[in-house]
Amino acid sequence: MSIVETRVLLRHATDPKLATIDGYRSYGGYSTLEKAYGEMEPDTIVNELEESGLRGRGGAGFSMGKKVSFLPHGNQTKYLCCNADESEPGAFKDRELMQRNPHQLIEGIVIASYAAGISHAFIFIRGEYDVQADILDRAVAEAYEAGYLGRNILGSGHNLELVVHRGAGAYICGEETALLDALEGKRGNPRLKPPFPAVQGLYGGPTLINNVETLSNVSHIVANGADWFKSFGTEQSPGTKVVSISGGVRRPGNYEVELGVSLRDLIYGLAGGPLEGREVKAFYPGGSSSPVLTPAEMDLPYSFEAMAEAGSMLGSGSIIVADDSVSIPHMALRTARFYHHESCGKCTPCREGTNWTVKMLERVVRGEATPMDLDIITSVQGNIIGHCLCVLGDSMAMPVSAMVNKFRDEFEEVIARAAINGLPTTEGLESNGDGFEPGPDGVGLEVLQRERLMGRPVPESAQAAEELPRG
Amino acid sequence: MDDFTPIEDFVSPGLPVDPANTTGREALGDPQGVPELSDVDCPDALRETIEASMARYPDHKSASIPALWAVQRTYGWCTPEGIRQAAAVMQVTPAYLESVASFYDLFRLQPSGESQVLVCTNISCWMRGGDELLDAFCAATGADRGEAGHGGALSADGSVMVSGFECLGACDLAPMASVNERYFGPLEPADAKTAIEQLRGGEEVLPDKALTARRLPGGDEESSDERVTSTKGPNR
Ligand SMILES: Cc1cc2nc3c(=O)[nH]c(=O)nc-3n(C[C@H](O)[C@H](O)[C@H](O)COP(=O)(O)O)c2cc1C
Ligand code: SF4
Ligand code: FES
Repeated sequence: MSIVETRVLLRHATDPKLATIDGYRSYGGYSTLEKAYGEMEPDTIVNELEESGLRGRGGAGFSMGKKVSFLPHGNQTKYLCCNADESEPGAFKDRELMQRNPHQLIEGIVIASYAAGISHAFIFIRGEYDVQADILDRAVAEAYEAGYLGRNILGSGHNLELVVHRGAGAYICGEETALLDALEGKRGNPRLKPPFPAVQGLYGGPTLINNVETLSNVSHIVANGADWFKSFGTEQSPGTKVVSISGGVRRPGNYEVELGVSLRDLIYGLAGGPLEGREVKAFYPGGSSSPVLTPAEMDLPYSFEAMAEAGSMLGSGSIIVADDSVSIPHMALRTARFYHHESCGKCTPCREGTNWTVKMLERVVRGEATPMDLDIITSVQGNIIGHCLCVLGDSMAMPVSAMVNKFRDEFEEVIARAAINGLPTTEGLESNGDGFEPGPDGVGLEVLQRERLMGRPVPESAQAAEELPRG
Repeated sequence: MDDFTPIEDFVSPGLPVDPANTTGREALGDPQGVPELSDVDCPDALRETIEASMARYPDHKSASIPALWAVQRTYGWCTPEGIRQAAAVMQVTPAYLESVASFYDLFRLQPSGESQVLVCTNISCWMRGGDELLDAFCAATGADRGEAGHGGALSADGSVMVSGFECLGACDLAPMASVNERYFGPLEPADAKTAIEQLRGGEEVLPDKALTARRLPGGDEESSDERVTSTKGPNR
């Protein structure tokens, strides 16, 4: 193995006592917070963060320091929301960071709040992460007890309340404005932007929203300086990144590396490459919303800029590897189904676009499509991209159109093979018990409705097709 | 409904009745009015939990999700009466809390047994056998496979709910499942039967496959990089 990890955030993470305040302190924890309150002006901290070039680790990669500087000065009530919703398929790094080192996140939150004059902070954690939420609850209680949270922290006059808020299972709540609505106790629908949360966010007040990993970096930067941070990674992607690697690899898991290492080092060097007798066929470089790349792109550096240049994105830093046993049309269908299920339904291009994309892809794998349908799929994606209220719609459209474009031959082959066999293929459909859509040769909708009204049994698969999506 | 006059000689066409009309989520009382605490029989523990949540937020409405969690922990699912009790404590309408509850996949709006098994069938788990794992959990419990893939199905004896689920944020464990909010993986189909037997016998479920027993995949060795070893911040 030619590559080793560069563990900064995950250093000592194998020591279970790191999750307690005493353990964290024994490794130098909270000394930076004490230094910040003791001898640093809030503006100095903001400058240092901006200077470091730290980019958001939750998906969009926006400069964290800039975001902090957008918050208005003055003494109105300001809020911080740590985004720990982590629900994008392929992403599981925040889980590791919170479970193994919760105080690193809390220290980052307190320092960022001090820098931006924030008095109320929340960690919005997905409801499924029950273990991690319990760990955070415990850590927050310890931090209150130690005087790092609460009123008049370390005699500075700065107050900060921190609440761990559990979500209840909705991917869309990771979108920053949906997160705000969910935190206000509503259904998690995204809001129209502008106004941006930095101006008008939670309860209408200025709000800083950052990902778990972004905030976990804060105390390291404040302790060691922007230049130290920039000594890791590339010019436009400074720092280290915890990368989640899963799918068809031998050693799936979280690896912390300097940004800019090659994809080959990550996928083959660290994660051990494809399983016995398999080859890499395609991979999502930045979670299920990123356009897939192919082995030809394996030697690219893993950085925000290189992924963007390759027409994809680094996103949350989650690599999903598909080996040669995976059918790309079926993978496209799985991907589309996820976004269809999670679409909040507020805007038409996403609500209808995800619905029709799923239906068309089901037709593809059943062999009922023609190559022209592939063009229609592509054009539907084109009509979604850029036309939605939030980026959930785009998050389906981008990977699906990349798959159709890059693997068009395979889509055509699947259609042809299914059609020649006469019988449509049900692979990937049966198992979920859904996917039946009444077509011209099947049972029509009117017929179904009539049968149902007359109290006669309706084919089971047809009932499934009529169910409304959850969520 | 005072002015409702039944039509004489009305002959039922014998249409099937949507069961949700008679059982399921029938509204109790007025869903649009704010119930008074004195109108509901809210257990003290539930009221106190919800009030404690309300006190933690600048706006007490923020406690709607925590309140629904409390209802679900108390009754096993978000029962209509439990929702009414929470609404009375929070002074919102039951309809409001219903609308919130129905948005989120983890709130169960139907009786759902004592144990819940969520099996991930998203991309990474699907590649490593997530569908087969869901099949195996259904076989082990007698839950209906079609329904399990569509929001959940109860085991034959009604004690376990099995549900196919979207990515649970543990793709490194693929294929994985969450059993009573604890993560396990990677699982073989045969593990499903073992896990269900352990659940029924009150034993610890699959201890060596628990997420919490997992090490970092890159091993325990720390970096010798100077920049890391000379850090002045945390984790030094
Ligand atoms: C549909 C959708 C889901 C998202 N989910 C998450 C998430 O789970 N965690 C996260 O940190 N950011 C998520 N984001 C990105 C957030 O909107 C936001 O950009 C991010 O939390 C900002 O933090 P950062 O600048 O530190 O990355 C999501 C965005 C969208 C559109
Ligand atoms: S893009 Fe989709 S998820 Fe986002 S607001 Fe529109 S419908 Fe909702
Ligand atoms: S795909 Fe199964 S946990 Fe992420």
